[in-house]
This record gives sequence, C-alpha cells and structure tokens, in this order.
Amino acid sequence: MPHSENSQDEDLVLPDAPSLQNEPSQSQTISQSTIVEDNKENVKLEDMFDDDNEDEYSSSAPPAQIKGEDSSQPMPQSLGRFSDSDVMRAFYQRLFPFRYLFQWLNHSPNPEDTNDFRHREFAFTLQNDVYLRYQSFKTADTLRKQCMDMIPTRFEIGPVYSTNPRERKSLPKSAAFRPLTKELVFDIDMTDYDEIRTCCTGASICHRCWTFITMAIKVVDAALKDDFGFKHIMWVYSGRRGAHAWVCDKRARELDDQKRRAIAGYLELVKGGDKSSKKVNIRRPLHPHLDRSLRILKEFFPTSILADQDPWENPKKAAHLLTLLPDAQLNSALQKKWDSAPSRSSTSKWNDIDTLAESGINPNLDTKKLMQAKQDVILEYTYPRLDAEVSKKLNHLLKSPFCVHPGTGRICVPIDVRRVEEFDPLDVPTVTELLADINSWKKDDSEKKVQDWEKTRLKPYVDFFKGFVSSLLKGEKTSIKRERDGMEY
Amino acid sequence: MATARIDPKRRADLISHKKKQFAEAPAKWKQQEYKWRLSFYDLPPTEEVSLEEFELWALGRLKVLAELESCTFRNRTPEETASYMAPIMEKHLPLHSNSSRSSELDEERKRDHYSHFILRLAFAGTKDLRQRFSRLETMLFKLRWKDDDAVERKEFLDSLDMQLEKAGESELNECGVSLEQAKAATGWRKGDAEAWFTLDWERVPDLVESRRCLLRRGKAYVLLKEQMSFVVAEFTKRLDAALEITSRALPRLDEDDRLSPILSHLSKSFTAPDASFDAEAGINGLQAPTAGTVDALSSHFPLCMQNMHRTLRQDAKLKHQGRLEYTLFLKGIGLDLSNAVEFWRRSFRTITDEKFTKEYLYNVKHAYGEVGGDANRRGRGYTPFSCQKLLTEPLPGPGQTHGCPYRTHTDVENLVALLGATGMRDPETIKSVREDVGKQRYHIACNRVFEFAHKSELERVKRKGGWGPAELDTILHPNSYFKRSFLLKHLGEGNAGFVEPRGEDVKMEGSLDE
Repeated sequence: MPHSENSQDEDLVLPDAPSLQNEPSQSQTISQSTIVEDNKENVKLEDMFDDDNEDEYSSSAPPAQIKGEDSSQPMPQSLGRFSDSDVMRAFYQRLFPFRYLFQWLNHSPNPEDTNDFRHREFAFTLQNDVYLRYQSFKTADTLRKQCMDMIPTRFEIGPVYSTNPRERKSLPKSAAFRPLTKELVFDIDMTDYDEIRTCCTGASICHRCWTFITMAIKVVDAALKDDFGFKHIMWVYSGRRGAHAWVCDKRARELDDQKRRAIAGYLELVKGGDKSSKKVNIRRPLHPHLDRSLRILKEFFPTSILADQDPWENPKKAAHLLTLLPDAQLNSALQKKWDSAPSRSSTSKWNDIDTLAESGINPNLDTKKLMQAKQDVILEYTYPRLDAEVSKKLNHLLKSPFCVHPGTGRICVPIDVRRVEEFDPLDVPTVTELLADINSWKKDDSEKKVQDWEKTRLKPYVDFFKGFVSSLLKGEKTSIKRERDGMEY
Repeated sequence: MATARIDPKRRADLISHKKKQFAEAPAKWKQQEYKWRLSFYDLPPTEEVSLEEFELWALGRLKVLAELESCTFRNRTPEETASYMAPIMEKHLPLHSNSSRSSELDEERKRDHYSHFILRLAFAGTKDLRQRFSRLETMLFKLRWKDDDAVERKEFLDSLDMQLEKAGESELNECGVSLEQAKAATGWRKGDAEAWFTLDWERVPDLVESRRCLLRRGKAYVLLKEQMSFVVAEFTKRLDAALEITSRALPRLDEDDRLSPILSHLSKSFTAPDASFDAEAGINGLQAPTAGTVDALSSHFPLCMQNMHRTLRQDAKLKHQGRLEYTLFLKGIGLDLSNAVEFWRRSFRTITDEKFTKEYLYNVKHAYGEVGGDANRRGRGYTPFSCQKLLTEPLPGPGQTHGCPYRTHTDVENLVALLGATGMRDPETIKSVREDVGKQRYHIACNRVFEFAHKSELERVKRKGGWGPAELDTILHPNSYFKRSFLLKHLGEGNAGFVEPRGEDVKMEGSLDE
C-alpha cells in the first residue's frame, strides 16, 4: 500500500510546509494529555485485562514498560473464526486506529473543538447479530472501550445529529433531533455486476472481476474531483467484493438529500430492471462526464471485458449483444457467421461487427448510429453500477473503514486511488494474519516505541489514512477560525 | 394581512410576532404594488380583507392546486397539464400579464397574493402538508413561468437579484469540450439563447441530476434557457423557509375563533387525495388469503405485482425494493403477518432458514409494524404503495424488479412480452398500450389492460347498475386493481355480487375527481 504524509491530493489549498510538520505533533500532544487522565482512571481496568491499553496512542507512560508488555503478550490461540471474541477484542485493542478515526470524523484533533464526533451516530452489529443504533462517543477512547466491551463484529458510521444521539429520547421535541451533516458516500458492490460478470458468482471474487471495481473507482473519482471539485475522497475496500467512497469535504458533508440525489443521478447510467433490454440510453453528443468516462473505460474494454470476461461466448449471450445493435441486416449477417462458429471468442465477435459493417453488407448502414451503439455496449459492460440509494440519503449508515469483514476476515482498508490498479483485494491482510504479524515481529535496536499496528501489514494502510486525515484537517482549518489552544504552540 | 386584522385585542401580540417573522422588511408595511404577474411572495399582504373574501380566495387557489396534483397522479405530460389547467386557472385564479392590459390586473394579483398567504397559514401545520403545499405551489409557479410574456419574465428575473455570473468561453473550454459540443450535450437547440451562466452546482440540483449542465470544479455552467430551473429552485427554497417560520408562529393563531375554523377546514379539504387503500376493510367473498393461495390469486394482480410474483417464482429471490412493494401489496389484500412470513420463507427456497431469519424476516415484520420504532408500530407498518408512489420510485437497477412495469420496461417489446406471458395478447389493446407508454401515460395503459381483461363483467355491472362512477373510475392503486378484478370475476357468487359503494372507495377515488 503506497502512502505519503501529505495526503492524496497534491493541489491542496495550503501547501505550507511548516504547518504540515506541526500537525501531527500538535495532535499527539493533545491526545497525550487526554491519555494521562485516562491512565489514572483506568489503571484497574488495565490490570484486569492484563493488557496493553495504549497500543495505538503515543503514550506518556515509559516506553520500556510498554515494550515489555507488548512482547510478553500472549496471543489468542483460537484464530479459527474471524469474529471470534478473543480475536476481535485483540484487534480492537491493539490494531484498530481509533485515534485517526476520531480525528477524521471530528475534523480536529481536539474533542472540544467540534461536535462532529460527539454527536455522530455509530451503529454496532454484535456477535449475536443484534444491531445497536444511536451509539455515540465523546472521544476515541470511549469508542474503543465500548468496542472492547461489546466486541462488535463491525460498526457503521452515520450522520452528525443536532444533539447527542444517545439523548435523543429525552429531548422536548422530536423535531430537535435531526441529522445535520455526513460525508457523501458511495457503495459499489459486485452483486450489481452479476449479470455481466462470467468469472465468479455470488460472494466470490477474483482478480478478473475486481477490475469492475477498479474501473468504477476511476470513473467516479474523476467525476467527483473534476466536476464537483471535491478534494478529500477516501476509497475503502469493503472487505469482500466491493468498495466504498467517503467524500469528506465540508461542502460534501453539508449536502441535503436533494443534492445527494442529484449527484447520484449525475453518476448513474446503467438503468432498467428488465433482463434483456438495452440499459444505456443517452443522448448525443455525449455529456463531458460521459465522454471522459468512456475514454477511461475504453482502455479496459479489450482486455478486462472481451478477453477476461468473454461476455458473449455462448450463443444466448451473443444474442443479447445483437439486441443492442441497431441494424437488422448487419445483425442477421452476424448471426449467420456466429451460428457457423459457435465458440468464437467475444473479441472476435466484437471485431466481426466492424468487419462485416465495412464489407458493405448493408450499403445504407448508418455508421454513426452503429458507432454510438458500440459505445453504449462498452458503457453497459464497464460503467460503474452504484448502489445509488446509499448515496442519496444524508442519514444512511455505512460500515466504518478498518472494520473486519465477518465473512472473509479481511480489513476494510483504504485504497490509494492514484494506484488503484495495483490494489489487490486478495492480498488485503486478514485479522488473524495481522495478529500473527505482531507475534512474529522482531524488535530492532532503535529505542523508538513501536505501536502494534506498525508491526503488521496494516502499517501502510494506517499511514495512508493518517496522511489522508491530516490533509483533511488542514483543509478544514481554512474554514474554522484558529483554535484557542493554538497559543500553546 | 388577515393575521393582523383578525382581532384588535390581539393585535399587539400578532404584530410583534409578525415583526419578528419579517424583520428583514419592516419598512414595507404598506400596500404593495404588483409590478409583475409572477411573484416570489416575499412580503405578506397587509391590507384588510373580509372573512368572505378570505375563504373564497383560498378555496379558489385550493381548487387549482388540487387539480394540479391530480395531473401528477394521472401522469399528464407538462403540455397536457398546461392545456388541462388553463381553463381551470382562468376560472378560479386568473392572472394576466401586463401586456393583456386587463383592468383587473391589480385585483387578480392581489387575490393571488392573499390566497397564497392564506393557504400558507392553513398548510404550515404539519410537515406533510408543508411539503405538499410547497410542491404544488412550485408546480403552479413553473406553469405560470412557462406561459409568461418573455419580456416581463426577464424583468421579473432581473428584479430577483439572483447573482448569476456570466460565463466566458474560455471557462467553458476548461470543461474539456468545445463550445459546440457543450451546447449540444446540454440540450441546446437552434434558436435558443447562446449565453451561459455559472453558479454553484448546489443551486441547480435538478440540472445536475439530469446532466443538463456542465460541471467544472464545483461550478455549474448553465445555458440561459435553463434559467427556469434555478428560478424555480430558488422559489422552492424561499417558500420552504417561509413555511418553517410560519409553522413556528402558528400556535399564536390558535386562539382566534374566526380564522382557525376556516383554516382547519381548508387544510382538511386538502388531506391526502393520494390514493390510499384501507386494508382493514376486507373484500366481500374473499377468504383471507394464505401463503398457499397467493399463487391462485395472482391472476387478479395488476401487472406490477404479477411481474414481481413471476420474478420471485422464477429466481426464488427479489431485491429489497421489490420485496417491500410486494409485501405491502400482499398485506393490502389481507395476507396476515404469519402467512406473509411463511410466504416469503417458502418463496426464497434456495436459502437457509438461518439466512432468511437474519436477512429477510425483519423487513417483513417491519412492513407489518411488528418491529421498529414507536411510530412504525403505532401505524402498524407502512401502507401499500399507490400507483403514484410506484411511478415516482427510482427505476430498478440491474438485477432489480420493482415499480410500474409500464414505466420500468424501457424497451416496449419486453413489456409486450410480459403482457403476453400474463395472457394479454389482444392486438388492439397492445397497440393502444404502446401508444400510452410512448406518451408516458403508464397508468392509462394499465387501466386499458384491466378494462379489456374484464370487458364482459364490466359491461354487466354497467348494464345492471350497482357500480357507481367511483367504482368505475380510473384505477390508481394496485390494491384497488386487485379488489375490482376479484369482485368482477366473482360476480354473483354469494355476497360478492355487487359492491356497496364503500367509504374507502369514495375517499380513494372521489377526492381526485369531480
């Protein structure tokens, strides 16, 4: 996983180097002070668990002590099931980057600065599938505590409400409790591609069909950045066969439902539930967004679709291709040709269209219409299929980054969109692998305290997240006036 | 206006809240001039009106709004709506342009102005009413905007101070396309104005949604001809904000004993012409359906529900929206919760009990109000969707089946095939259905199919009488389709013969039509 300290977006408004350096140290200092307090309260709890409570915080406790605890830490033995309580507790305790998650959602390292974390809804899915909504937390640490107590298989993030979600029932009027802001989110799931993917079905994926997600990310990301001007977009692997996007710009967070629906509509293209009809119907000339998308997707089409998916290999599927082409005469010629060679590959069949068209089968052939129909075919087989309902509602919840997918055990890690083609979902570490990584980690000579996540394959992903968050916070600062404790630095 | 004149004793009180409400414009407390036909209704009226006028004007406007709403239920195209509404508006709420030189101009505009504010008061009470009022007022504004005199419209627009920036050619080129392509891609036609405007995209969400503008780094580039879109968006925005404020000020009006009866009467006569269906009422002669009898009853289902039923039988699955719509429909025909659970469990035959319990059971129970928040339980779940609702749902995506098939089957051949599969092959009817669908009159197509399928029975009840006009009016709800179909096919069997005119039916259909 590639990563860099200064965010995923180069053309950030504030490229000033000094504050870039200052940012992490500022936040560290603040959380250090909170930790000192927490330490006092939690001594007993720590003893009880006989465990390191500080793993991901740069603690004020003496480094030597922490290290000693770390290495002597026995790992849970039963690593069989991914949602096994011990495994999950160890994960939340030692690996989950709560601190950066907090900064990300709070838009400031200091809990007092905003209500964005405090009034944020979290929803827990517990081991027995009980679903707990309207959870909220003051700090990263209280969230972490509850995760360790309840050991949810995963948790979801909802909107920031006008008041604390836990107190919603004690309010005088229900109208006073309403969602205010939330990241604009997108959900791309392989199920929506089932009718066009041939390599796998259901929950399974392979490298070939993952390309559908890669293509979708590239198209949506380009539109969000170039067209809507969003800068802070984080893509996250959903743990099995899809990806989520979190658009974190302030302007995106403040969108109401109508505007979210507008964006979803702008991006949506493949429509129609009936099985055999043409699903892409667009006017010409192409809207610049579709024009750009087509340029991106064209690159993938010959290899990722024609070769890898071979979508028209059998006669029944080839018949569907013909329904998408406009010229009856050409179609019957194609049909004849394919009948005589039923096992012709999709690549050949695709080329046949042009070959036969040029051979003058129909002297009155409308070549422009044919070209457009071919573009529509490319779009139908490559254009992103969004689960649009997720994006349309301000109060829709979405699984948090860095959760463990209960089915695969893989972590929902961020995806660096600049190198999205290199992302390999099958190479994403599972929770059990990560815990094993901690155990096999060898201490080097340096005196620096090493946190548990740094000993594992999670490190590049957390580093990336850290970079993303610090760039988001920097962007945020331009809109929020200088904090009071800015004086201390 | 009226609020301040209602009762001298309370006047001070009212003025103070009024002042708060319109604090931005305290100096405008005087008779207004009506320079333009269109209005954003930014300032409340301040003159005295008689109680009679108060009610009469409001009723006129209400009539217009109700007719407008019924146009949306009937899926009239904008052109059809305009021609249908013209005489109604002329009669109940005339409003002419300056160029008409009518001597009534001031009186008409005053009436328009006052009636708008009276209805604001009447409909600010609940969120539902506010939303509907705002939606319909927006439609009315749009309608008037379209047929307004171009010169006066421009003057009106200039008076609004919309802060539109003119976009230059170089900026447009940044969008990655040539000016020619940009124009064509956003729907420019020969003869349209060439000018472009730029503004934050959030101000024109509907243009963004349908890709009728260009976007570049958060700015929308909009053709001048689309100005209606942002003017309308602005109208809605201001009206919504004003309604919020009015709703907060409303409690102070409650004590008045002359206005509140009128206002509450007005708001009541506006309640829910959206077709609803009372599942409790039951259907004469219909045994309570069970999980096992749904298949047999499905021959009476409208195409939308048959479509979902067939998909379910064929694939042993149905995606979320389809499940919701179908569950509610079944609930509407009287399938009780335990039977509904059994029905779905059996239908999803390829999945395990565990998966069913985990992923699907809750939704079925939720639709019946068995689980969920207080409001859901108290309301006993959701009510079955009307045609209007089905027609305005998002189109099904790949793999999904839901909504009105006349609309969702974008390829009419597939629709014809589906009709054929349900036994509808009459060439005349199919031909008319094609036309209807082409004109987006989906529910007309559906009613046409119904009428053909029940031709002889319908003739019989018409001949013998017994079915009033309400029972024979256009069907606007899948559950009424089922009910009517079932009753017609069981004519003369026991008490299923002729239907008494029932309250629910009258409410359901009668409020829509005169």
